Amino acid sequence: MRYVAAKTAKEAAGLLAAEPGVTRVLAGGTDVLVQLKSGMVEPDLIVDIKTIPGLGEITAEDGGFRIGAAVANAVLGEHAGVVALWPGVVEGANLIGSTQVQGRCTMAGNLCNGSPAGDAVPGLVAANAVARIAGPEGTRDCPVAEIPAGPGKTTLKKGEIITSIYLPARPERASDAYLRFIPRTEMDIAVASAAVSLELNADGTVKAARVALGAVAPTVVVADAAARILVGTTLDGDTLASFAKACEAVCNPIDDKRGTIAFRTRTAGTLAKRAALIAHARAGGSK
Amino acid sequence: MKSIPVSTTINGDPYEFLCAPDETLLDVLRNRLSLTGAKEGCGTGDCGACSVTLNGRLVCSCLVLGAEAQGAEISTIEGMADGDELHPLQRHFIDHAALQCGICTPGILVAAKSLLEKNPAPTDEEVRYWLAGNLCRCTGYDKIIAAVQAAAAEMRGA
Repeated sequence: MRYVAAKTAKEAAGLLAAEPGVTRVLAGGTDVLVQLKSGMVEPDLIVDIKTIPGLGEITAEDGGFRIGAAVANAVLGEHAGVVALWPGVVEGANLIGSTQVQGRCTMAGNLCNGSPAGDAVPGLVAANAVARIAGPEGTRDCPVAEIPAGPGKTTLKKGEIITSIYLPARPERASDAYLRFIPRTEMDIAVASAAVSLELNADGTVKAARVALGAVAPTVVVADAAARILVGTTLDGDTLASFAKACEAVCNPIDDKRGTIAFRTRTAGTLAKRAALIAHARAGGSK
Repeated sequence: MKSIPVSTTINGDPYEFLCAPDETLLDVLRNRLSLTGAKEGCGTGDCGACSVTLNGRLVCSCLVLGAEAQGAEISTIEGMADGDELHPLQRHFIDHAALQCGICTPGILVAAKSLLEKNPAPTDEEVRYWLAGNLCRCTGYDKIIAAVQAAAAEMRGA
């Protein structure tokens, strides 16, 4: 195995593209080192991207924020600007692992690890976040929603790395929330999860909604039909009941020791309902 | 595998070492530098027994490559006492019998010190959440929380 601390994104992309064997990109390492330790993967090349200038920074851009791919989630959680603009994204990212893991793990890493249960991913998808990707053929932008391709798989091509994730600007009266179910109080993997992002009209009714469900399908699920039910309402009981049903309708979870299909489906709907209420309150709605 | 030369700072002292590309910082500390205070419990970031700080952030040294220590500032349990003078956390852990077998203790002390630097007056709940990644199979945690709170009070001058 070779370890290279890359100095530029171009160098990292070039090294990864040229390596015929197994490669891993190292940012926080909280998944990669576990894979090494368990013998799940024996890479021929590890490229550390933390050493690329700028990748450890959060920068304000066009009213939103660009989060470098090597920004640890603990650092993200201490950034007052991002917390104020996208509290749901940050609360998802901050649920991952322990204090020690938070000091290293990154949102880009959580996305690239490809787990359907990644806690940072639904919030980013609901936020319409956009990943900036550097590759052998240059730089491109891609919605975060289009990166996951199945458990452990992404749509990134050989040699491509995510260098940053852009969280867009928001109008006044807009916010988001993320909830997950785990059988313990911390340090666990989501059995089901939901992220809801809302924009409100001046009268408190929902102007626009975007909903993403985690751990209930091979990839994060965008629940557009469910989100449309919220538009024009103030999240009254009937609306929320049909919203939860519509969320359940797009779930396609696995059945395992951590949750049955029926439990994961029902839980995702309930969490989406509760997350919608929290996002509504945070956005300045009456509830 | 070709060894990698690394220059780093540990507990304020400059260190230079050679390590394999896939060697963890924990293995470097214990096997190459004889800093055996950090323990290997799980080796996969679940138990916190290998906790150190890396550039001021609490991390599991089993989830850091030795090569990543290049140019970094690392603090370990060995740097906690001032010579023979124990850190207040160390004293209160003894006074409160907040350890039995002791395997988890270095990691918990490093983690608790990192908490008190950030939050000098945590609630019991905040201490429990902060230390959720430090597993102890002996004490049941209550004495650990009491010891951290007693040390925090002393350090605040209360």
